[in-house]
Order: sequence, then structure tokens, then C-alpha cells
Amino acid sequence: MKLQSPGNFRNTTSYISDRLLPKLVLAPTFVSTILFVYSFILWTAWISFTKSKMLPRYELEGLVQYIKLFANDRWWVASKNLLIFGSLFITICTILGLLLAIFLDQKIRIEGALRTIFLYPMALSFIVTGTVWKWILNPSHGVEKLMQDMGFSSFHFDWLVNSDMAIYTVVIAGVWQSTGFVMALFLAGLRGIDDSIIKAAQIDGASLPRIYTRIIIPSLRPVFFSTVMILSHIAIKSFDLVVALTGGGPGYSSDVPATFMYSFAFTRGRLGMGAASSMVMFGAVLAIIIPYLYSELRSRDNG
Amino acid sequence: MNFKLLAQITTLTLTCMLTTSAFAGEVEVLHWWTSGGEAKSVAVLKDLLEKEGHSWKDMAVAGGAGENAMTVLKTRAMAGNPPTAAQVKGPAIQEWAEEGLLTNLDAVAVKENWDKLVPSVVTDVMKYEGNYVAVPVNVHKINWMWCNPSIFVKAGAKIPTTWAEFETSAEKIKAAGFLPVAFGGQSWQEATVFESIVVGQAGTEFYKKALVDTDPKALNSPEMIKALETFKMIKKYTDKNAPGRDWNMATSMIINGEAAMQFMGDWAKGEFTAAGKNPGSDYVVMPVPESAGTYLFNVDSFIMFKQNDENAQAAQNAMARLILGTTFQEVFNVNKGSIPVRTGIAKASFDDTALRSMDEFAAAAANGTLLPSMAHGMAVSPAIQGAIYDVVTKFYNSDMTAGKAAAELVAATASAKE
Repeated sequence: MKLQSPGNFRNTTSYISDRLLPKLVLAPTFVSTILFVYSFILWTAWISFTKSKMLPRYELEGLVQYIKLFANDRWWVASKNLLIFGSLFITICTILGLLLAIFLDQKIRIEGALRTIFLYPMALSFIVTGTVWKWILNPSHGVEKLMQDMGFSSFHFDWLVNSDMAIYTVVIAGVWQSTGFVMALFLAGLRGIDDSIIKAAQIDGASLPRIYTRIIIPSLRPVFFSTVMILSHIAIKSFDLVVALTGGGPGYSSDVPATFMYSFAFTRGRLGMGAASSMVMFGAVLAIIIPYLYSELRSRDNG
Repeated sequence: MNFKLLAQITTLTLTCMLTTSAFAGEVEVLHWWTSGGEAKSVAVLKDLLEKEGHSWKDMAVAGGAGENAMTVLKTRAMAGNPPTAAQVKGPAIQEWAEEGLLTNLDAVAVKENWDKLVPSVVTDVMKYEGNYVAVPVNVHKINWMWCNPSIFVKAGAKIPTTWAEFETSAEKIKAAGFLPVAFGGQSWQEATVFESIVVGQAGTEFYKKALVDTDPKALNSPEMIKALETFKMIKKYTDKNAPGRDWNMATSMIINGEAAMQFMGDWAKGEFTAAGKNPGSDYVVMPVPESAGTYLFNVDSFIMFKQNDENAQAAQNAMARLILGTTFQEVFNVNKGSIPVRTGIAKASFDDTALRSMDEFAAAAANGTLLPSMAHGMAVSPAIQGAIYDVVTKFYNSDMTAGKAAAELVAATASAKE
């Protein structure tokens, strides 16, 4: 091998710059990711099989914490809420985002300004969004009061303080925040579609709705995929929005798994159960990520 | 450079360092008293320690009612580097002691006669296997009812002392167009009201069995079901915006004359004082109906971690002694609006409400009606407390029956115990 020969200076430097340097530069990130992400996932998994209370203990005790977790009513409320919030949040954001993108794509006059307006909520943190929507939805000084002051005295909108409806207020605030972002994704996708296909369809006499349902929307498939990926991870890790908007209440009716985990692991000194709940959440994330990675990698091999 | 001179300087410096540390040690104190009055109160302890030559390293972690501070403490303890002292209260003290991390304070306790100065219900919480591992600081009373007397006058109602009277008065107040109860729908506030009802309606013995020992027979009993029903009855007299309301917002509803009654601990007094209201004329403080004579307490305390260094031990012992000393007890409690945890404190600087609370504290200790508060982490471990919170808040905020809630109390506490 030439690399081994000390005389060949040029080859050695190019070996260093081409092969070694990228590895060297990436090494700290790689090591810290291994250490701080994957090793702590394993640590959490270990803790979830112990009877850890306030401080971690390391003797394995089997599935006790999981059994307790699945017997806990609050955990099921939290899981159900995540399911409601996740599915509605993803569906509504995608549909609204797509519609907005299609409307904006009609070569209208002040598109730039409108795009900014729709995208702007994304610039706020979920804490701000949650707090503002808490004020808007509060029956005594929000929408309900506004409508009643305007004379609609029978108007009622008390979802925020209603145990059965509180989780839907989280959906409202989440949709408000993220729709603009989804719109931007779809707009970029729409701009990337080849005009000639659409023109060809028009020549063939296809109507506009037909062009959208048969040609444009199907060709946005990759955008749908990344949208769902991004939105679902926002949904699963949602914590700040719930804390700011409802505080998990009334009672614990709008609790989600992330707030459940926080309160059990950190407030109540039930580290083992908190760890078990995060492992279940981790499993849920894997269930979404693995099929995605699989399909991505497979399509790349085929292509 | 003259090598001999260098050696001499080094020796001299070392000697200086050693001699200074022979006099004084450092205490590192983790606490979450960061608001104005509280920070001032803590500074008093710092000054007292510094007067004795020790140094104070402040480790204040604000936020989350101590949750953030607890997370820091756990991290430090796991890393084998706990502070000298940390603000930890109730049965959580036992949990820390079980880990074998706490130091034995019996020497100071005997010398200062803590057993005589502090009621035994309180010292029991401070001890692990009969040895002191923590120092109590102050006492708050939980089962108070704060009333706006002018609303009662306008409605022609009487300030209730029983739950039957409460219903009659609440109906009159409602009819007069006022809100009977200012309620904050957060789980700790719900639990505060709930435990005050249990202790008043079912008595101190029952309270001990149910909410201190979490005896399944008491938790699922007719008395408990009745207490739960009384608790739910209050909901009729609250407004629909109560969920999520902070306690001080509820207090301001009493101050502003919107609502007639609030069930809250003695810290609510600070809000009335800040608004320039006078006790008696502008507001009236009564025990929660049927709970007169009983005293649910919340005692803040410091746990002390084992120290290897002798100087640090000396400083730690000094801190323990000073916390229960007369100077700190007086200044701290006047500032914070709580009452001293020990007897023998000059009464001159306390106001009437505090003096009344001090008398009641002493009387309740003598009668055996002094009881640890479940809602404020004095009676059960954080895990069990959380389990009770969950059932109580679920019951209050849904259409669950009282019978089912009582059964769930048994299941939830059992699951949290292991």
C-alpha cells in the first residue's frame, strides 16, 4: 500500500484530508451521542426493570413497574389523550396546510405577505402559544365573554375547563402553531412539480379538481411522508404546550405521557415507573421511525 | 529565585490556610426560598453563621415549588457530592435517611433540648430510627377558611362552623348574587380542602388511620365516602373557571369582594396584608367547618448530609443549633408569616393571627389534635401523596361516585407503597 510508504507525502496528506479528517471532526459528536443518548436510553431501560423510587437502584426486579404502569388509570388517560391529540393534530395540520399551500400556489398577488403571516406562529415557542390560547379560551375573559358581550348570551365555549373537552383545546393551539409550517413544506413540494405534466393533462381536457386529485397530490407523496414524521414527533414529545395551556387539568384529564413521566420520575420519587413510561413512549417512537427508515432505505436501494 | 524563601512562603501560606480552616467550616445549603421575604429570612441564618466564623455557600434553586431543587439534590447525591444541608420535609426525610446519607444530629439535639422545645408529632418526622437527621424550621397551619364578612352581611348569612351551615350560607350567598367559594382547581389545592374536610368531619383518629397510615379499611369506609361527598358538594358553590386557578388568584377574589370563602393555609394572610386589608373588619379567618381545635401542620425542615471534614461537621452542627435558636426562629417566622416550631420565643414581634396560631399549635400539641398535612407532604411519602392526589382530583373533576373513589384510594395507595 502506498499509504504506508513514508516517502509518498501527497498521498498521505490526501488520505488525511479525505478519509481521516471527516472522521476526526465527527468523532466528538459521535462519542457524545453514543454516551449521552444511547447509553442513557439503555440506563433508562435498566431502571425501568428495577424498583427504583427516589434514587436509582440497580437490582433487576422484572416487569413490576410495567405491570403497575398498565394498571394505572392516569397512564391510560394520558395514552388516550396522546392518541386523540396526535391523530387530530396530524390530520388537521396536514389537510389545512395542504389547502393553504394550494390556495397560495394560485399565483395570487400578495403571496409573500400571506406566507409570512401563516408561517409566523412557528416563530413562537409552545409555552407562549399555550399561554395565549389559555387566555383566549378562558370562559371568563376569552372568546366566550367576547361573544356574550356582543349579545350572543347563549354562546358557550368552555372546553378549557371541561374534563371531557380539555384535550381538544390542546389540538386547537397545536394546529394553530404548526399549520403554517406544514403549508411551507407543501408549497415547496408544489413548486417542485413539473409544469409540463399539468399542461399535458390540461390539453387532454382534465378538470382542475381532477388534476389535483390525480396528479398533483399523489406526486406530493414524499412531502406527506416528511410532514407526518415531523408532526408525529412533535405530538409525542408535546409537554410544554400542555403544561402552559391546561396544566394537565382539569384533574388529570388532559395529561399526556410526557407530563405523566415528568411527574412520576421527578415529583413523586417513582423513578422506576417514570422510566417504564418513557420506555413505552420510546417504543411508540420506534414503531413510527422503523417503518419509515425501512421504506426510505428500501426505496433508495431500488432507485 | 531563592529556593529557601519560596519554601518559607509556601509553608507560611499553608499554615495560614490550615489555621483559618481550623476555626471555620463551610456549609453549602440547598433551598428554594428565593422570593423577597423568604430570601431575607434565609440571609438571617447566613449572618448568624458568619458571626460564628463559618462561611455560607448559598445554593438557591428556584421554581416548581421545590421540584427543581429536588432534582438538583438527587443529581448531587447520586454523584456522591451532596450539599451540607438541604430543604427537605416530611416523610421524604425518611427516604433520604434510608439511603444512609444523613448525619446524626442527636448530640446537638440533646444539648439544646429539642425534645422539650418541639412537639413530639413534629420531632417524629425529623427522626430516623430514633435519631435526629433533620431540623424543623417553621410551622404553617393548613385548615383555615378565609371569609369576606361584608358579603355574609349583604347575603344575611352566617359564617359557617359546620358543613350543614355551610350549605345554608352558601345558598343565601348564591341567591344574593355572590360566589360562595373561591376555589383553585389545582390538585394540591383540591387535596388541601379535602384533607381539611376529612379531619373535621371524621375526626383526628380517622384522619391518622386514613391519610397518615393509609389503612385500607379507613380509606374505603363510610366516613371516607361521606367526606368525599361533602368535598364534591362544595363544587356546586364554585365558578366554572376554577380549574387551573392559582391560590393567590382565588384569594384576590375574596379581597375584591367577588367571593365569600376560601379554604387555604395561613400563607394566604400575606395576600390580605399586601392588599392593605385588616383582619376582623376586612377579612375574617375561621377554621374550616367542623375542624376547630385540630391543627393540620406543614413544617419546613433541613436535612443534614454526612460530612467527612471535621470543620464542615462543626459548621453543620452550628447551623442546626442556630436554626432552632431563638433569634432565627423569631426573625425568620415574622418575615415568612409562619409561626416558630419551638416554644420560648418572644411574642412581641408577631401579629395577632400568628399569636392565635401559636396558642392553637401549643393547645393542639397538648390535646393530641396536632396532625401532619397529607396535601403538603407531611404525612405520607411523595409517591403515596401523588397517588391520593390523582384519585381526589379525578373524583372532583369527573362524575366518579364517592364509593368508587374510596375503592380507588385503596388501590392507588397500595400500588404506590412498594
